[in-house]
Amino acid sequence: MTAVETRIVTKRLRERPEDSWTIDGALASGAYESLVVALKTDRAAIQESVKASGLRGRGGAGFPAAQKWSFLPAGSYPRYLVVNGDEGEPSTFKDRMLVECDPHQIVEGIAIAAYTIECNQAFVYLRGEFALGYERLMQAIADAKAKGFLGENIQGSGFDLEIVVHRGAGAYICGEETALLESLEGERGMPRIRPPFPAIEGLYAKPTVVNNIETLSTLPHIMRMGGEEYGKLGVDRSTGTRIFAVSGHVKKPGNYEVELGTTFRELLYDLCGGIRDDRGVKFFIPGGASSQWMPGTDEALDTPLDMDAVGPKWGVMLGSGAVMVYDDTTNPALVAWRLAKFFAHESCGKCTPCREGTGWIEKVLYRISHGEGRPQDLDMLLSVGNTICPGLNAPFSQTTICPLGPSAVSPVVSLNKYFRDEIISMCTPATVTA
Amino acid sequence: MAFSPENLRAAREIIAQYPRPKSAILPLAHLAQDQDGWLSTEGMDEIASLVGVTPAEVQGTCSFYTMFKRDQVGKLLVSVCTNVSCLVLGGPEVYEHLNEQYAADPDVTIEEVECLAACDGAPCLQVNYEYHLGLTPESAEAIVEQYKSGTLHARGISGGARA
Repeated sequence: MTAVETRIVTKRLRERPEDSWTIDGALASGAYESLVVALKTDRAAIQESVKASGLRGRGGAGFPAAQKWSFLPAGSYPRYLVVNGDEGEPSTFKDRMLVECDPHQIVEGIAIAAYTIECNQAFVYLRGEFALGYERLMQAIADAKAKGFLGENIQGSGFDLEIVVHRGAGAYICGEETALLESLEGERGMPRIRPPFPAIEGLYAKPTVVNNIETLSTLPHIMRMGGEEYGKLGVDRSTGTRIFAVSGHVKKPGNYEVELGTTFRELLYDLCGGIRDDRGVKFFIPGGASSQWMPGTDEALDTPLDMDAVGPKWGVMLGSGAVMVYDDTTNPALVAWRLAKFFAHESCGKCTPCREGTGWIEKVLYRISHGEGRPQDLDMLLSVGNTICPGLNAPFSQTTICPLGPSAVSPVVSLNKYFRDEIISMCTPATVTA
Repeated sequence: MAFSPENLRAAREIIAQYPRPKSAILPLAHLAQDQDGWLSTEGMDEIASLVGVTPAEVQGTCSFYTMFKRDQVGKLLVSVCTNVSCLVLGGPEVYEHLNEQYAADPDVTIEEVECLAACDGAPCLQVNYEYHLGLTPESAEAIVEQYKSGTLHARGISGGARA
């Protein structure tokens, strides 16, 4: 059977590409109906429904959304909802699509979440480069306000909510939630040591929930379908659908919303049309640049998209939902170097192992990938990696505050796991024969 | 340069949105940059006085973020992605070609950037934060030329609305 998309979060934008982002297009396709219901529903019941749905964060870490909300200390106000729209994980492009093509779904999700956690001011931290997304989200907020879905006494419920959109300015690290809060406070985006966790002391040291754009975009549908019903989609603890952003050497790259439990093969072949020129897959990177890699074997391709199962078996994560696919013409060392260059550039510099380590990993991978490697280089890289990420295992143990440093080790570990012989031979001068 | 009266009003409205004024540093820096074409020391000084912190604090924050250009750039900022999905589909070739073509053009600044979240259209670039997808070196140059000739109308240097 050929796999198909299950369009829930992407339904409006796929069905009404001509006006999905406008207030008229959104209202004509059911926008804010879930909010109206939510505002008449007991807060605890909404939280219970989201818990029953099994919804987990779609930004990368996959933490259960309802549980995140439940950490807010009782009776402590004001509380803030901060929306993470700083999509910067290489090869992830789902949140940009959601902001540009369905901003009202985000606004509705924010309003439902804010009502549930009793928050009257939400901040959307939007990646600075998303100029069109910013315009459309600002317009959506203004239009929603004019229609009485935001602002004071929303739909006569007595609930007030203001949304501020805060543009980032080109720093990947601000996708890390505590760095994001620093940036929102007007500081350099450097992660905070936890505890205290944001739920206790977040934005302006007040209780704060940070949720990803896709996570919040799912809430209107959980309200509409009921948590139990939504939770029937997917597999085990990976419930519902997720948007997978597939890029690289597939014939039809793009965002595909599928039920969790779909296999990589179904995603890459049934939906993305297979590999260019019908070549073989050399390797693919699930979950974004931070994840380790998977080989192009049948066993790897037949692995289901299950947030829990991929870790123990392959040492990878589904992370941000990106899947980068490389055919058999690809030089894996070059890909590893470019990823390392990214992490070296984006390291905020707060923790020494990451600040120094990412730079050295980049330099050594440069010489390996550009024909100047030495036979011992790969082992040296593993040794450097071990100082950032002791044990070199996923999930990370780390000598740094945030996972950026350990993420830079993922390409190194992956090269060693799947391409050790190829790398060593690249680094060994050909024997000179007389 | 100082904020125009109109932008000064906009700046005060932005500051008022936040529980603490210092939060407005990033949005005000975008505003200043769209107005002036870059983020000057004078611009940061004015932001400091508006939000009630020292100029050093504003510079300390702004110098962290790659979108803030503390040296003058051309009217067109061409940001070419060379990250991994663009890497294997010709992004570096687009970057090198544009870099050569516009090396001596004061109106055009070419920069290499990290993933722009448009990998389904790799290789991609942005001109003043407007996306252009599925490029070759030649088509990328043609797009820059369209902006230069006025066929395409650019956003502000920080991605702000077109004038």
